[in-house]
Amino acid sequence: MSYAYWIAVALLMLGLYTMIVHRNLFKKFVGMTIFQTAIILFFLLVSIKRDASIPIVPPGTTAAAGFMNPLPHALMLTAIVVAVATAGVAFAILIRLHAAYGSLEEDVIGAATPGDGTPPR
Amino acid sequence: MSDALVAVLLGLLLILAVGAVRAADLLVAAITLGVYGFVMALTWAAIGAVDVSFTETVVGAGATTVFFLAALLRTSRRRSAAPGRLRLGALLLVTAVGTLLVVTLHALPPLGDLAAAPSVHVSPRYLEGTRPETGTPNAVTAVVADYRGYDTLMETVVIFTAGLAGWLLLTREP
Repeated sequence: MSYAYWIAVALLMLGLYTMIVHRNLFKKFVGMTIFQTAIILFFLLVSIKRDASIPIVPPGTTAAAGFMNPLPHALMLTAIVVAVATAGVAFAILIRLHAAYGSLEEDVIGAATPGDGTPPR
Repeated sequence: MSDALVAVLLGLLLILAVGAVRAADLLVAAITLGVYGFVMALTWAAIGAVDVSFTETVVGAGATTVFFLAALLRTSRRRSAAPGRLRLGALLLVTAVGTLLVVTLHALPPLGDLAAAPSVHVSPRYLEGTRPETGTPNAVTAVVADYRGYDTLMETVVIFTAGLAGWLLLTREP
């Protein structure tokens, strides 16, 4: 199953390429989301143990080998929630940008911005 | 964990990711990204990360899609058809970084290895301690709420800051 690492790398690179190439800021957000989920997928692949069950321990069990590694799960739980928080801020910024420039295309915003970087109006 | 199921889900993920990136209409991109998030959650459930899967279904595939649609309603769902810039440079960079990552993949422990570094140090301690020390059957809950409680506390600070930033951005007039 080690090909799963390859899929994570492919998704990571697709997200990076989208963030660089696309001029629409929503598309850049799509690329960022794919990048983030690919990293989470990679961490969760590391948590797999052979013939192990989900990390819920029934009474009277002490062997750790029978359960998936819970630490990457807990860390990635935090990563997902932080990703949603950054998504909220990103959308708020996009709404303000659209109100100020009437467009979310990178080149339109760049052309409308004077050299000193202050927004128009 | 079924290998065939994981293989199908991973293939579906690649197709959906390319679909979300290539969609001409941003509404289509938003919905495709939501489906991508849901299939990603299914993949994580299939590899045994059930708690992460629940969270991704609710906040990753659910809330983010709602935010995306709300932002599209207040802006524009159209985008210019002009091709992107820096295509060759981006392709070169992505190929270089991707090759570097793939070349170093062999240094990682094989999937499912019981002696892999992430699974040997503190992780067995969490799994063995969760019932006697915290009284919780779910080891992930024990790690989030007890063993690494400060992480979770700081996470709420991040969410509070993000909420504050969004509120200030959307309610103040320039």
